[in-house]
Amino acid sequence: MSNRVIAWIDQRFPLSSFIKHELTEYPTPRNLSYWWNFGFLAGFVLVLQVVSGLFLAMHYKPDTALAFDSVQHIMRNVNYGWLLRYMHSTGASAFFVVIYLHMARTLYYGSYRAPRELMWWSGQIILLTIMATAFMGYLLPWGQMSYWGAQVITALFGATPFVGDQIVIWLRGGFAVGDPTLTRFFALHYLLPFVIFAMVFIHLIALHSVKSSNPSGINLRAKDNIPFHPYFTIKDFFGLGIFLIVFCAFLFFKPDFFIGTENNIPANPLHTPTHIEPEWYFLPFYAILRAVPDALGGAVAMALSILIYGALPYLDRSKIPGGARYRPIYRLLFYIFVLDIMVLAYVGGQPPVGPVVSINRIATFIYFGVFLVLPFASIWEERWLRARGLPPAVQEILANEASQHGARQ
Amino acid sequence: MTASSDDGNAPQDPARRDFLGTVTAAVATAGAVAACWPFISSMNPSTDVLAEANTEVDLSGIAAGQMQTVAWQGKPIFILHRTPDEITAMAASNGGKDPQPDGQRVKNPQWLVVIALCTHMGCIPNKNSEGWLCPCHGSVYDNSGRILSGPAPRNLDIPPYTFATADKIVIGKS
Repeated sequence: MSNRVIAWIDQRFPLSSFIKHELTEYPTPRNLSYWWNFGFLAGFVLVLQVVSGLFLAMHYKPDTALAFDSVQHIMRNVNYGWLLRYMHSTGASAFFVVIYLHMARTLYYGSYRAPRELMWWSGQIILLTIMATAFMGYLLPWGQMSYWGAQVITALFGATPFVGDQIVIWLRGGFAVGDPTLTRFFALHYLLPFVIFAMVFIHLIALHSVKSSNPSGINLRAKDNIPFHPYFTIKDFFGLGIFLIVFCAFLFFKPDFFIGTENNIPANPLHTPTHIEPEWYFLPFYAILRAVPDALGGAVAMALSILIYGALPYLDRSKIPGGARYRPIYRLLFYIFVLDIMVLAYVGGQPPVGPVVSINRIATFIYFGVFLVLPFASIWEERWLRARGLPPAVQEILANEASQHGARQ
Repeated sequence: MTASSDDGNAPQDPARRDFLGTVTAAVATAGAVAACWPFISSMNPSTDVLAEANTEVDLSGIAAGQMQTVAWQGKPIFILHRTPDEITAMAASNGGKDPQPDGQRVKNPQWLVVIALCTHMGCIPNKNSEGWLCPCHGSVYDNSGRILSGPAPRNLDIPPYTFATADKIVIGKS
């Protein structure tokens, strides 16, 4: 019976061939480590955010007079409203955790290199959209941090030459963050996840065209690939189990961990909290903004600090396959960079006084310095590795690539 | 240990592996279904809505022959203070299409408490001296809320209510 139903569908829609092509026969490198788990986890968190957000939207009221109380209503009166709300707020942080780990893996193993540039760039658009969504979502509870965060970030656009003031007023729909701002942020916060979904599909179509990278950095022979299902579905689901344990630990035991205490006070346009800081996932970029003693320069530096990732496929000039594992200089740069981001995140959360200012500036200098050094370091590193003698297998790969390249010309 | 095959990876007992697979899938499915419950439950009435489930009404201000409309769970309720004549007339009759003795429709013959929605299409009937006339499709009810003529299939429904004191009722609690 079910065979006949499937046959009926297959005549009209490529169901079986799709499952075969994208799952049961989709070739996946057999040496993928758990670092390749985070894309799946990001997809899971996206669904979690959309579902919990949908049910929250059934109870939330985007009106400055009602917003704060409607969140309290969700927390106190709505059945499992506390669960939905904390799931959504913890989920936002979880989203950035898995996305940042996903990006760190891409950087370490050089997964952004040819032919995966479009995956890297579509991923970048996803990151920027998630950042915008998270920022707008943070205004919705209409607490003090919500209000002043939105006030400060929208004010950033005031640094635009000539039309800065008009842009800020246009963004806010008023002279300060107010009811029009809240309503439009709610509308856009609801819209952007659909954009993220569309970009995720593009990301996945690109993935299934170029296939997964792997820790060796070399495209494996056909016999070294194994079907995605069941081998990696089971691996991804095991990783999901570990993720859920950590996620639920925060959700049920430390739900306020990621919510500023100041945000339990309703927004007050006449009083700024003594210490404002953005959510943890924006801290490194916020630190870069503060490092430049000029409004426009700071805003440009912050924008650049995120957009510069897109240039990586061109900044990394080395042809040696295998990511940081087989590239000592690149590996050193990677660890300097990760450490530097952590320093930036730390100083971003400190009041900008005393040594914090200098540390902030040095760390910002190193952040951009790594990108500037990379083109030279990667060429020099390749020359050094070749002079030292590459393993025969790698030499063969490079020779093959060179001959293919020559044949095409 | 039983003798193993040449390939060390070959399953020694496939049935055992299948069992583990089935159990894992069953537990995962049960977990996923259970995880749906908070989402579904969040669409049920919240506690502040449930808190409005009961309505208290003070009857002392309603004179004989007067009617008051109150809201209970978002629905209109007619409270009719019947005169001795009306009580006698209603006790004598058994209604029309949906016969029911008046005694079964009241807790205290002075007070008729009915849900003010026509049992036909849910319009609110208008009071007249004989009872009610529904403006939508012309259903006629007597002073016991019993259907006499028109398209309505049933007598006006009686909400659960109880007399807290002689002149105070709680609608929603029986």
